[in-house]
Amino acid sequence: MAVSVPVGQSESLRARLARALDNAQVLGPLLAAPATAILLALLAYPLFLGIWLSLTDASLGSTAHFIGLKNYVHLFQDPVFLGAAGYSLLYTFGAELFKMSIGLALALLLNRQFRGYRVARAVMLLPWVAPTVLSALAWLWLLDPQFSAISWLLERMGLIHSYIDFLGNPWPARVSLIMVNIWRGIPYFAIGYLAGLQAIPKELLEAAAIDGAGAWKSFVRIIWPLLIPITTILVSFSSIWTITDFQLIWTMTRGGPDNATQVFTTLAYQRAINGGSLGQGAAVAICVIPVMLVLSYFALRSIRETR
Amino acid sequence: MRGWRQWKIYVPLGLVMIFLMLPFYWMVTTAIKARHELLNTTNPFWVFAPTLHHITTLLTQTDYGRWFLNTLFVSLGATILSVSVSYMAAYAIVRLRFRGSRVLSTAIFLSYIVPPAILFIPLATVLIQLHWFNHLWALIPIYATFLIPFCTWLLIGFLRNIPRELEEAARVDGASYLKIMRRIILPLSIPGLISATIFSFTLSWNEYLYALVYMFSSANKTVSVGLTTELIHGDVFQWGQLMSGALLGTLPVVIVYFFFVEYYVAGMSGALKE
Amino acid sequence: MAVVNLEHIWKRFGETVAVQDFNLETNDGEFVVLVGPSGCGKSTMLRMIAGLEEISEGRMTIEGREVQHMPPKDRDIAMVFQNYALYPHMNVFQNIAFTLELRGVRKAEIKTQVEEAARILGIEHLLQRKPRELSGGQRQRVALGRAIVRHPQVFLLDEPLSNLDAKLRVGMRAEIAKLHRRLGVTSFYVTHDQVEALTMGQRIVVMRDGQVQQTSTPLDLYDNPVNKFVAGFIGNPAMNFLTAHFEAEARRLSGESFSFEVAPRLSEALSPYTDQQVCVGVRPEHIQAVRDGSETRASTLKGTVELVEPLGSVTEIQVNVGGTLITAQVDRNINPRTDDSIELSVDPAHVHLFDMSSEESLLAQQAAA
Repeated sequence: MAVSVPVGQSESLRARLARALDNAQVLGPLLAAPATAILLALLAYPLFLGIWLSLTDASLGSTAHFIGLKNYVHLFQDPVFLGAAGYSLLYTFGAELFKMSIGLALALLLNRQFRGYRVARAVMLLPWVAPTVLSALAWLWLLDPQFSAISWLLERMGLIHSYIDFLGNPWPARVSLIMVNIWRGIPYFAIGYLAGLQAIPKELLEAAAIDGAGAWKSFVRIIWPLLIPITTILVSFSSIWTITDFQLIWTMTRGGPDNATQVFTTLAYQRAINGGSLGQGAAVAICVIPVMLVLSYFALRSIRETR
Repeated sequence: MRGWRQWKIYVPLGLVMIFLMLPFYWMVTTAIKARHELLNTTNPFWVFAPTLHHITTLLTQTDYGRWFLNTLFVSLGATILSVSVSYMAAYAIVRLRFRGSRVLSTAIFLSYIVPPAILFIPLATVLIQLHWFNHLWALIPIYATFLIPFCTWLLIGFLRNIPRELEEAARVDGASYLKIMRRIILPLSIPGLISATIFSFTLSWNEYLYALVYMFSSANKTVSVGLTTELIHGDVFQWGQLMSGALLGTLPVVIVYFFFVEYYVAGMSGALKE
Repeated sequence: MAVVNLEHIWKRFGETVAVQDFNLETNDGEFVVLVGPSGCGKSTMLRMIAGLEEISEGRMTIEGREVQHMPPKDRDIAMVFQNYALYPHMNVFQNIAFTLELRGVRKAEIKTQVEEAARILGIEHLLQRKPRELSGGQRQRVALGRAIVRHPQVFLLDEPLSNLDAKLRVGMRAEIAKLHRRLGVTSFYVTHDQVEALTMGQRIVVMRDGQVQQTSTPLDLYDNPVNKFVAGFIGNPAMNFLTAHFEAEARRLSGESFSFEVAPRLSEALSPYTDQQVCVGVRPEHIQAVRDGSETRASTLKGTVELVEPLGSVTEIQVNVGGTLITAQVDRNINPRTDDSIELSVDPAHVHLFDMSSEESLLAQQAAA
């Protein structure tokens, strides 16, 4: 690189350093280095290590031996694992369906910009903002088999005769957890849909009104089609988080009763941390990856399309 | 808006709001309910004899204060680390188009999708080798692994919106890339930086799995981990203390949130548009 | 004050050639305008001079120093951007001072220089304001202030007036010209507006699709365009073009509803085109209306008036001459009306000729031969 330097003088070290740093090809990698280093060491490396671990019989305290796909073969014959896979999917899709619909309904309501709209919007985000474990503890107490305030209310209203054991029986537990997940996820969808609704030009709806469309027709024929792209994004990301959920389920049921509410992550924790079988635990965790790849593909594609 | 149209909005809205606020109401009331009221009362939704007993015992008889400070320490540390490191990376990717920048930005986006739930087992073995197990400060770089992808993504979106011409003018004026990063881009990125900071703080405060697995001494636990491991023994739940702890543990994030609602909403919708 | 020398500059983006073999040597303190339609490469060329774009091939010197590999800050140039590019978080003073700050100028000296620049541009009263509080014209001046405060050797201006409304543009044009006269700095000015080019440039470079079409003074471009593109680009309203048949013996150029006498100066250039078709160009201002057939004219066109636009001192009309729409600027007293038949005459001295396929001016070809 030709640079005009006065003849007879040499560049000071400081000037040379400054010039080197002003080169985009040098400065770029340098600035990106810290982030890259952290991600390589604590994310990329563990990811591949995890895959390797799942192919061994690693456990706490003993050396690991390569055993190929044995872990996976055992898992696919293990009713607990299959149950966990089933519930993971049920948990995710059940929750997403309701989060989406209720969130959309809420967004439609909030979009009317009535008095107190700002307050409602601020307050409504709390379930999403609050730490999941702490909210889950509150729900745990709310759904207590003996002292549940909800049971108390339902009994008072004459709808039930004895307190419901929300979390002690398999199906009530499964449903309760889905309900709490819905509770937490509604704000995310509501805010997302609100943004989507506000992006729809008012003129479109005004034209539809003149053309004779009522509220329902306007929604079905104009609003909903325009919300499909954002729905794909919201649902894709939300599903990725839900299917790898740990905090909510662990806090409320630990995967019980009798493994009824096990999901991939809680099972992985149990096998690896409680049981000490690192290899098995890793295998369970790795099994989530295919599902997530599918979901991420949809997420990426929907983002590209909306650009 | 008159008459029944108003009800069409307020009634359903009210019901949903009650559902959303119920646990928080529950947290507050349980935290201040007298001990005898917790298990035996005519109306669980009402507080007949408010008391600060649970809160005081929580703070004096348990390590809660320590857990709170731990969580604060880790959250602030992880936030500062992640936001600064992500800002530098975002600037490099968006403005200094160097060889490999596209690969890097795709890789960072992909790592956003890899959640802690998949990594916690192998990461445990890595930490054991590094002798980082049970060291609280180790959570800072660990949390950065899930904060950096999100922050970088967010900041890339913000930086893309700053007109290229400003930097070209600065280049012609004689500024080096580093000078531009500091004097021109940084002041103009403040909204993005605030969003990234708020989200990082919230996500760090909310983290559970890593803290649960990697910190086992009581002195090193975070709020969520402490409450669920040390105040629950078998089937016995200290509900008064638990709810007080939950309430106090939720407050910092809620306070930050209320001061920055618009940034929060902008961050969420902005991340969607990107 | 500097001589800028651009030798065989090429710019390629992959397969596409954005700038092709650009050559120019400026005179000291000259105001050069690069003009052409969008995508012609003029902005790319300017950015290469600035150092914001790397050249693919060629050599560039400023006052003898070779600069094509230097970063912008070492070239001693200043640039005014189309969108002004003012730093929104700094006030006017800071915006102008920034470049001096970066070069380590002492604070007291900065203050003097900035205030001096502000005074020249008439913006001393705005120094504490932020860009968003300023009007378009004021922002323009701040951008100029930032450029002049450093007393660089070369000014580069990238369509600085295109974001201003029409009236403001005329005023600012005069101001920039005045500024140049006062400071005498070699300047490169990019625009797509040929009126700006003609009024401001000492020399104009007309570009199209990356190629330089012609480099000359404004009047020379007007009088002697080397090809049909330059002829049609320069001058407002644009030159009219007709397809004519060259009748060698009669020494006439004729077509649908028109017939021109061939002036002696053109016969040599036309000799290769005996009995062939030639493109004839004539400017609207060189066409007059014939009044009531009192004298016979040598070069006339006949047609029907389709549009009448009175402009005050002259009237612009569009006439359908044998299928081609011709624009003419006629005396306002003619008072033509739509659907009238009209006869127009042309001064043979102002007729341009172009080859039908190569589109080059026959006179230019002749001069080159």
